[in-house]
Formats: sequence, C-alpha cells, structure tokens
Amino acid sequence: MLSSTADHLFWMARYTERAENTARMLDVNLENSLMPQSDSDIEQSWLAQLKISELEQYFFKKYDALTQQNVIDFMVVDPDNPSSIASCLKAARENARAVRGSLTTEVWETENFTWLNLQQHLKSGLHKTNPSQFFEWVKFRSHLSRGVTFGTMLRDESFNFIRLGTFLERADNTARILDVKFLAAHGEHGAVTDSQAEFYYWAALLRSVSAFEIYRKVYRDVITPARVAELLMLRTNMPRSLIACVQGVVGNLQDVRNDVSLSTEQFAHSLFLELEQTSIEAIQKIGLHAYLIRFLENINELGLRLSNDFLVPMAPEITPKVSSQLQ
Amino acid sequence: MSDFFNEMYAGPSVARSHYGDFDRWLSEQPAQLIEQKRAEAELIFRRVGITFAVTGDNEGNERLIPFDIIPRIICADEWARLKAGLIQRVTALNLFLNDIYHEQHILKTGLIPPEQILNNEQYRPKMQGIDVAQSTYAHIAGVDIVRAGAGEFYVLEDNLRVPSGVSYMLENRKMMMRLFPDLFARHRIAPVAHYPDLLLDTLRSAAPDDIDNPTVVVLTPGMYNSAYFEHAFLAQQMGVHLVQGSDLFVDNDVVYMRTTRGSERVDVIYRRLDDDYLDPLEFRSDSTLGVPGLFAAYCKGNVTLANAIGTGVADDKSIYPYVPDMIRFYLSEEPILNNVPTYQCRKKEDLAYTLDHLAELVVKEVHGAGGYGMLVGPASSRAEIDSFRQRILAKPDGYIAQPTLALSACPTYVAQGIAPRHIDLRPFVLSGKSVAIAPGGLTRVALKEGSLVVNSSQGGGTKDTWILEK
Repeated sequence: MLSSTADHLFWMARYTERAENTARMLDVNLENSLMPQSDSDIEQSWLAQLKISELEQYFFKKYDALTQQNVIDFMVVDPDNPSSIASCLKAARENARAVRGSLTTEVWETENFTWLNLQQHLKSGLHKTNPSQFFEWVKFRSHLSRGVTFGTMLRDESFNFIRLGTFLERADNTARILDVKFLAAHGEHGAVTDSQAEFYYWAALLRSVSAFEIYRKVYRDVITPARVAELLMLRTNMPRSLIACVQGVVGNLQDVRNDVSLSTEQFAHSLFLELEQTSIEAIQKIGLHAYLIRFLENINELGLRLSNDFLVPMAPEITPKVSSQLQ
Repeated sequence: MSDFFNEMYAGPSVARSHYGDFDRWLSEQPAQLIEQKRAEAELIFRRVGITFAVTGDNEGNERLIPFDIIPRIICADEWARLKAGLIQRVTALNLFLNDIYHEQHILKTGLIPPEQILNNEQYRPKMQGIDVAQSTYAHIAGVDIVRAGAGEFYVLEDNLRVPSGVSYMLENRKMMMRLFPDLFARHRIAPVAHYPDLLLDTLRSAAPDDIDNPTVVVLTPGMYNSAYFEHAFLAQQMGVHLVQGSDLFVDNDVVYMRTTRGSERVDVIYRRLDDDYLDPLEFRSDSTLGVPGLFAAYCKGNVTLANAIGTGVADDKSIYPYVPDMIRFYLSEEPILNNVPTYQCRKKEDLAYTLDHLAELVVKEVHGAGGYGMLVGPASSRAEIDSFRQRILAKPDGYIAQPTLALSACPTYVAQGIAPRHIDLRPFVLSGKSVAIAPGGLTRVALKEGSLVVNSSQGGGTKDTWILEK
C-alpha cells in the first residue's frame, strides 16, 4: 500500500485512541474532585492532568487559573491544544478523509459522524453542562470506531497500520498515566498515606483504564500500588497494559515486514521480552519513574522507526514530546 | 423567459408519456412524506461526506450540493440519439487532437485558421509530435447538453480536461433507490452503477502498449480540492490507489509510487490535476502538486496520462464553433447534435453584432469555466452590461457570444413547493478501445427562479437522471 495511506491510517487510529484516553483521564479526575479534599489537592490533581500530556506550559500561556473549568476547556475544546479532544477527533477525521477509499464505508462514516456529532455537542455545551456524559460519549465513539474496524475491515496492511497506531498510542498513554499518578502519590503534595484515601486514589486510576473490576478479578485482594502497577504494566491479558500493547505492536509489525524493517521488529521484540522477563519488584528497585521514562523514550523511538521504515518519516525533534503528525 | 420546454409536462397538468407513471406516483405522495425524505437525503449526504469544499474558504468548511428528489427522465429514443451524437462528437474531437499535435491536416485545409490553434493558450507546443498510447487524448469527456426551443438538444460545451461530477451521477442514483425503492419497481430505469468498471476498463486499455497488467492510479491535488470526494470515490470504486504528487517519483523516466514495501511502477495515471501543475520541471515551477520528471516519462511513452496533456485546445470556447466542421472533416458525417450558434468576438462583424445585442446574448470568456466571468444579458442590469462591454472591447478575442437559450425546465422542489427550474445534462463519454457511455449523466438544476446558471459554485443543485429502457 502507499506509504502515505499507511501514515494516515496510523495517525487516524492514534488520534482516536488519544481522544479516548484524554476523556478517560478527565472523567476520573472529575469524579475524584467530588471526594472530600482540600482545594489545593483538587488543584494538584488538575495540574497532574496537564503534566500527563506535557501541556502545563501551554496551558499557563493561555489561562491564569488552574480551575476545573479551565482545564476541561483546554483539554476538550481548545483548537490551539493539539491534544485536546476536539483537535484529536478532527485530526482523526481529516486523516480518515484523506484515505476514505482505503476504509470501509462503515469506518469512514463512523469517523465522519463522530466529528459531525462533536460539533453539535460543543455547540450545545454538553462538555460544560454534563461533562461525564460527554466523556462517556467520546469513549463510546472510540469503542465504535474500533468495533467497526474489527467488524468490517479486510485483514490486510491497512488493518495492521490502524492497529499499530492504536497500540503505540495506548502504550504511551498508559505509561504516562502511571507515571504521573505514582509521582503525585509519593510527591511533596498530598502524599497518599491513610488507607481510605489510598483506596479511592488507586481505584480511580484503575477506573480510568477500565481496570477496576479486572483488578478485583485478578487479585481478589485489597488495592495496593504495586499490584496496580503490575496489572497495568506486566499483565498480557490486561488490554491496556504496557506489555499487551507492545505485544500488539510486535504481532502487527510481523505482518507488514519489508526489506528494511528487521531491526525495528527486533527492537519491538526486545521491548516485549524485557517486560515479559521482569517483575514488579525488579522495576521498583530501578524506580518506577525511571523505568517508565525509559519506556516512553523507547515507545517514541519505536514510533520514529515505524515512520522511517513504512510511513512518511517524522521529524526527529518534536516539542512537546507528545508525538504528533507531520503536517 | 416564461417560454421554455417543460421536461415533465406537455401542457397544464398533462404529463409527457415518459413522465406519466412518475406524475401519478408524485400526486399520490403526501407532502409530509416528501419533506421527510428530503431531510433524510440531506442527513445521509452529510454522514457519507458527499460534500465539496468551498473555494476561498480557508476554514475547510464543506457544503452539500442541494439534491432534488424529482428525477430528470429521458426516454429511450431520445437517449439513443443523444448517445450516437455524443460518440460521434467525442470521436471527432480525439481525431482532431491527434491531428493538431501531429500533421495538422485540418489547419492545412484552412478549415480552422492556424493562428486560432497555435496562438491559443490551451495549445501545448511541447506536445507537438508526441505519440500518446492509442492516439487517444480525451479518455474521459463530460459534454454539457441543454434542451431549448421546442425541445431540441444542443451541445453547450465539451469538457475534455478534468471533467467532474460523475460521482454525483452515481450517488444521486443510490440515494433515489434508497429513498424510493418503489419507483424503481414501477419504471425500467437503465442502471449506471457500472460506470467505475467502464472507467477502469478504459484506463487499463490506455496503458502503454507493452504492459500486460497495468497499474492504474488516480492523482488528486489533495483533500482540500473541491472535487476531492469524487477522486477518492472513483479510486475506491475502481479499487486503485488514490495518490498525490508526493506519493510518486520518476526514476530513469519511469514513474513509481512509494509504498510500505518499497517502490511500485505506475502505468496509467487518471489525473485530476490541470496540465499546469503536473510537472514543475516543465510547466509551473511553483507547483508542489505534481511530479518532477513526469513529462519526460510521458514523452518516452512509459506512462499514460488520462486525459492527455493539451486537450484544452479542443474544448476551448473559441474552438467550439468549429466542432461541427471537425465531424464533417474527420468522419465525413453530418453532426447529429446541434451546436449553439456562436459569435466570435475576434471577428469584426461578430463583435459588432455582439456589442449591439448585449442585452439579449450570453457572453462568455473563452477560457472561463464554472459559470464565472460570463454575462447573461437578459438577466443583467444596464450597468453590468456596460461594464462588460468595456471588458469585451479591451480584449475582443477573449470572448464569444451566444443567443440566450430558453433552457428547458424540470419541476423541482423549492421553498414555495414544486416549480419549474432550468436544467442541463452532463453525460460522461469514455474513449478507450471503443467509446462507451453509461446510460445517464449529471443533471444540474438552477435553483433560483429564472436563473440559467446551473453550476454548483453558483448555487446550482443536482437531480438523478433516468434513462428509461424500452
């Protein structure tokens, strides 16, 4: 297939996934903010939200106060924020539109309809009047997009590049959520100490990746940070875990192999092996933050390698560090 | 302007025979149902994304072309005649193009003054002496036809560069079948859905001679082009790649596309890009839409461009008056379809006539398109006419004039209910090993009362076009 087509499909999937993850994180933060806590705690949790996406400096260029409404505004509608839900859904739709001929009618119409609906929601202000419902809508449009891809697309390279985009973005997003939440829990501000607060804190993190019930099922025990990290990093059967995402990348890379992609395949495979052979105890020894930072760097490199081997090559220096498509 | 041919009615509430069934059906439908179906059609068009970008709108806004649910119906006998006339005309135009870019017999006989061709902006000296595959230049032609007077057909314009609109022919049919399946059970309507197959067949047959299994691509200027939907649609329907200039490169005079598995040779390019933008090394050097080296590959015969470079010299409005003579010259046949009588302002006597009769005439720029840069005398104010007069005087050979035709009208849904609105017809003629036409075309309708300008850029809409089988 055309490299440029593969590129559009890859980014269509990445932006759809990014919109979903942003909605997930905002939703949980919103829920958390209803718990009894100090104003500064609430403020810190919204700041953490911005840090996940490395957007705090952009935010403060535009907004004076770190309020819930400002952050939601910035992360949902702001056209200047390339990671806002509106920007992501628009980019997903533009990418789909550029290759609508390579998509099934159903996939294209799903992306297009999401974008059209978004205009209505933003106009009616659903994200302000009922933000939970809005985030729920974003998540379900993403589910639908994935489902219609699985249900209708031929299993060829197009499908592989869509999946590669999804897995790479999800690996990145899960690692970021973990990193920020763990840093905040042990940081100078409001370190989570008492057990009740701890429960709500980690339960919210689990919910943000649809893992609360899964945790209960897997561990049948109280929620501890180490197990949370293990579940979201090392469990292959947990669909949003780091290892599951990397496994997805490895599998799809095999299917699209070309003359120059061998070293990228090996790179992805070594990432997978590393996650498979380590344990949460070993990671804690290195330090979770250090480990995740390195993982994020590796994922970024994997994205660059993918672009160079198959797609439209990306510029190596990108600010902010959140990957974005070359326009 | 009230005296025009009505496509549906021969007299007050007397439907023409081929509209009989439809008229009965229409009278049985409750107004509410029709309203609901119209809303449904709009919703579907939006969801499917059958939209066009608005020129000069940088926000990327997209508009729908209004779709009217009353079809334009053509009976079998009329279509047979139209089809024969279209095949004859496009065949002659292709022979003309081959002649012009080779021996120029038609100029040597004096049938067309040589300076009319050789000084024409659309004539491409670089194409002189270049052989193109199968000597076919206009693989895809969109011929604009109107009906006037008591119902005779006239050719208004031959579009031989990158004619668009065929996707609407196909989508309008799909929409009608979805909205009103019962109508299709009641009528024998010739299908058009095989057009992409005909097109693919035409393009494959246009490949350079030595290629067995040619790779065909559609070259688009990109998603912000107003006809992008159509480019993507046709590529998808034919199952070929939709490419932009940046996807292609030329190596050793052979064209390749960049794929995820390396480079792949391209044999036929259905290009939806004007000549000027095709190759920055040969034409406009500022074009980023084209492919450097494409023209050299083309001259070597290593790739086919459809349509060929330089076809504009045959559909230019200043050449249009000569088409009937071309048919006589190349085919030794009398033209089946009429030309509209045309005054060429470059001629002294025609210019004088035109200037004396501006209020009755339609004046067009010879290189204009899309309904821009024209004067419709009867619909214009004194001031508009006077300012246009100055433009003609400044550059007489830039204009032609034609009598204002009383275009036929077809009943159409408008705000006040059903009312007649003027229409035209663009059938698409495909020239490969043989000449083929899908039975139908794009019917455009001027939605403003009394307006004769059907272009979508000027607020025109479209209708499904039915050719009834016997």
